[in-house]
Amino acid sequence: MSMETLPKQSGLIPDGIVSRILRQLQSGWRSIVIAVPFVWLFLFFLAPFFIVAKISLAELAISSPPFSKMIEWTDGTIMTIRVVFDNFAYIFDDPLYARTYINSLKISIISTFFCLLIGYPMAYGIVRSGPVAKRLLLFSIILPFWTSFLLRVYAWMGLLADQGTINGFLISMGIIDEPIRMLYTEFAVYIGIVYTYLPFMILPLYANMEKLDATLNEAAADLGSGPINTFFKITLPLTMPGIIAGSLLVFIPATGEYVIPDLLGGGNVQMIGRLLYNEFARNIDWPVACAVAIVLLMLLVLPMAIYQHYQGKASEGVTGE
Amino acid sequence: MNNRRSRFLSIMLISGLTFLYVPMILLVIYSFNYSKLVPVWGGWSTRWYYVLFESQDVWDAVSLSLKIALINATFATILGTLAGLAMVRFGRFRGRTLFGGMLVAPLVMPEVITGLSLLVFFISFKQLIGWPAERGFTTITIAHITFSLAYVTVIIQARLTGMGQSLEEAAADLGAKPFKVLTAITLPRLAPGMVSGWLLAFTLSLDDLVIASFVTGPGANTLPILIFSRIRLGLRPDINALATIIILFVAVCVAIAALIMFRQQRREEMDQQIAAREG
Amino acid sequence: MLGDQISTDQNATDRPWLNSDAEPLIRIRGVTKKFGEFVAVNNVDLDIHQGELFCLLGGSGCGKTTLLRMLAGFEVPTSGQILIDGNDMSDVPPYERPTNMMFQNYALFPHMSVEKNIAFGLQQDKLPKDEIEDRIHAILKLVELQDYKKRKPQQLSGGQRQRVALARALVKEPKLLLLDEPLGALDKKLREQTQFELANIQDQVGITFVVVTHDQEEAMTLSTRIAVMDKGEFIQIGSPTEIYEFPENRFVADFIGSANILEGQIVEDSADHVQVLTDIGELNIEHSQPVQKGAQVWVALRPEKIHLSAEAPSEPQPNQSKGIVEDIGYLGNSSIYKIRLESGRIIDVTAPNQIRPKSRSHGITWEDTVYLTWDPSSVMLLNK
Repeated sequence: MSMETLPKQSGLIPDGIVSRILRQLQSGWRSIVIAVPFVWLFLFFLAPFFIVAKISLAELAISSPPFSKMIEWTDGTIMTIRVVFDNFAYIFDDPLYARTYINSLKISIISTFFCLLIGYPMAYGIVRSGPVAKRLLLFSIILPFWTSFLLRVYAWMGLLADQGTINGFLISMGIIDEPIRMLYTEFAVYIGIVYTYLPFMILPLYANMEKLDATLNEAAADLGSGPINTFFKITLPLTMPGIIAGSLLVFIPATGEYVIPDLLGGGNVQMIGRLLYNEFARNIDWPVACAVAIVLLMLLVLPMAIYQHYQGKASEGVTGE
Repeated sequence: MNNRRSRFLSIMLISGLTFLYVPMILLVIYSFNYSKLVPVWGGWSTRWYYVLFESQDVWDAVSLSLKIALINATFATILGTLAGLAMVRFGRFRGRTLFGGMLVAPLVMPEVITGLSLLVFFISFKQLIGWPAERGFTTITIAHITFSLAYVTVIIQARLTGMGQSLEEAAADLGAKPFKVLTAITLPRLAPGMVSGWLLAFTLSLDDLVIASFVTGPGANTLPILIFSRIRLGLRPDINALATIIILFVAVCVAIAALIMFRQQRREEMDQQIAAREG
Repeated sequence: MLGDQISTDQNATDRPWLNSDAEPLIRIRGVTKKFGEFVAVNNVDLDIHQGELFCLLGGSGCGKTTLLRMLAGFEVPTSGQILIDGNDMSDVPPYERPTNMMFQNYALFPHMSVEKNIAFGLQQDKLPKDEIEDRIHAILKLVELQDYKKRKPQQLSGGQRQRVALARALVKEPKLLLLDEPLGALDKKLREQTQFELANIQDQVGITFVVVTHDQEEAMTLSTRIAVMDKGEFIQIGSPTEIYEFPENRFVADFIGSANILEGQIVEDSADHVQVLTDIGELNIEHSQPVQKGAQVWVALRPEKIHLSAEAPSEPQPNQSKGIVEDIGYLGNSSIYKIRLESGRIIDVTAPNQIRPKSRSHGITWEDTVYLTWDPSSVMLLNK
């Protein structure tokens, strides 16, 4: 099968320049359909990462932009390439960075866990609802997603502040005398992340559970399995893809979160997104900021690859036939 | 075993929804508070709405944000539709894996990284070719299109795979050339997906703070940038008023969308009834 | 217009494939289709003649749909050639082929009315407006849907959708109409009725039909010829009677209808019959081709060709056997009996229920001893 099919498959070998041009023209509109978004993403998504990588290997300099050139020309003939790993060494030496990275991971793992804990029964409850209720419930889960993310975080500032709604309520009920400090603590950051990312957990879980055959539970019950056993032996294993997708959709963006630690954590909770922004905006140390970004990317590249794998598998499964 | 919701699931649903909605409801209530100090109740009033409407900053930010959102949604829908078609309908082509990767990555990329990389890109390009001369409207729009188009592509891809290919094959079989198949069959069938994609891109753009903060220049404040700069220092009654307007606006839009969907469903049900009567 | 073609193209013989001079409409030459490592269609040759209603019959994954899609132009053969009306189709895209297809789930455009669906193909040919209208009118009359032209496909019943799909494909007057499981989406009752309608329409318009189906009953009723496919190859090609009464091998004998298939050894070969020894006894088979004595062969005996009786035949003869009723399957119009022979072998026999039984207990019942007899011409000697 190798020899016979070879000439047919290698149709890319030039067989006369004229026929090639003709074919190019014929399939022209197809190429345009691919090329336009491809070029856009290449230019504005991929290329910027190379620049970030390049700057992370440069030195801070008093110039505009504030970093040293990687390639320098002396007399227009001699080329010098300067690559510095100082920025990475700096990040790994300074305990501030290590602590911040670990803190970010800790906060986003714990938040993801709580999202799952709250989101799983909610998604399951929606699946088990009647058709009208299901529609309404899904709507109410998606609705906050369409309102401003920033304002939803802001709403919690009002709830958690020292003179905020919760403290006011507790004091007026006589439960406490002094306001409990909640805003500008790690607790507030957890609340903020769970609150804003909960729909991202519920929706993939719902999509996964919806596809589950309801009669599987009946079959398990018929075979003598109690509800708890059925949940752990049947439902949980079958909803694993949804759990993984939902968890990654919460974990990845939460790790790099900037707004929530800034507004709800104040200066007291260090997360890497906030550190990066500050490094950049206030200290104007671009090479270090870029190195911080590269390290963050390295941390998240594995979870992102897993997510992409699941995405790709899901879409291939449908088109493969 | 019944397949109904157990009491536990119902309780979880109710508490979960309470958790999601109570903060927003309180936000709305406090926007009508007379007191300058947000949490201290000073009686009902609409004074902060007047304060809001008189602020030129807010109007400027709203108009800039809307302009960016409109252009972003339109371009992202066009590019996302092209990308979706390429991924689902064109089979294998060179660079497909890279292309697919670039389409998924923006969905999960932390905003700080996307924002930072686009900023250094714009600055490097200005150094190289003098463009973009200044950062603001153009750079924010480009940045928004870049990540919105990935979301649109997801919607278009899902719809295309769901549609299957047989209608397009039927059209080709009846003599329609590929371009005609695209315009007469594929695009009309894709229209609902494109509308959802457009709306999603529009909202994403209106909602974005982090990426816009990175790539904006002096003087160009989108609405989220303006809100953020005000609330960083604490609670502001006029922001409560603004939040209320936004929440009501979204609620009305969603209600309209729900109504349209409901009517669509009614029509489908009626079609089924007619068909059943024929059978 | 469509009426003009009625049977004028039909040659003197209504079995054009037997005429070696006739130029076939479709020539399939050494066509192979691979999907990666998987061989969907394996080096097949086939001629189909003008006016035929040709069925590709086989189980799922046998390659029948792939072959149909290669005729339509949706799949390109890995190797080999397809000619339609003498023209090589290798580089002809679907939209330029003289073929039209009726899709499995009809693929009616949901955003267009019945009328627009049917007009779509004609508009691609840039026909004048009034001609389009005339042809839509004629075709809707043919499929009896005149009153439904403004309806959307969703507002039609399954049977009506099927007729719209047929009309849409037919209205372009293709040289070849391809039908992918045309009756698959209909329920049983409607399917039986529509089978005859479809064959009638084909007879009226005189267009060559190639039908893909997994339903042997459908293939038997509809076709002039059937190609039985398995694993990407043709197992046997012939008219429904040929396929049923003269299966060439075990696969066809077993796949079409049901058959008791027995292994045996040839003990004697005379001019007009052979004697085969099997585990149900010695069979006397009418057979004119010479076979080798002592050779191992397969024979098949259809259940409805065996006669069942409670009384022993008056005189001993070769084509008979004796057994006990092991099981009975009552089908209403007929019954299936599972007869255990003395050798332990179970033979299926079907018998029509011609007489309404007077009481619950009738004729032959469980554990009865019964005698089986059959005609020497009924036993089929299989090649492989």
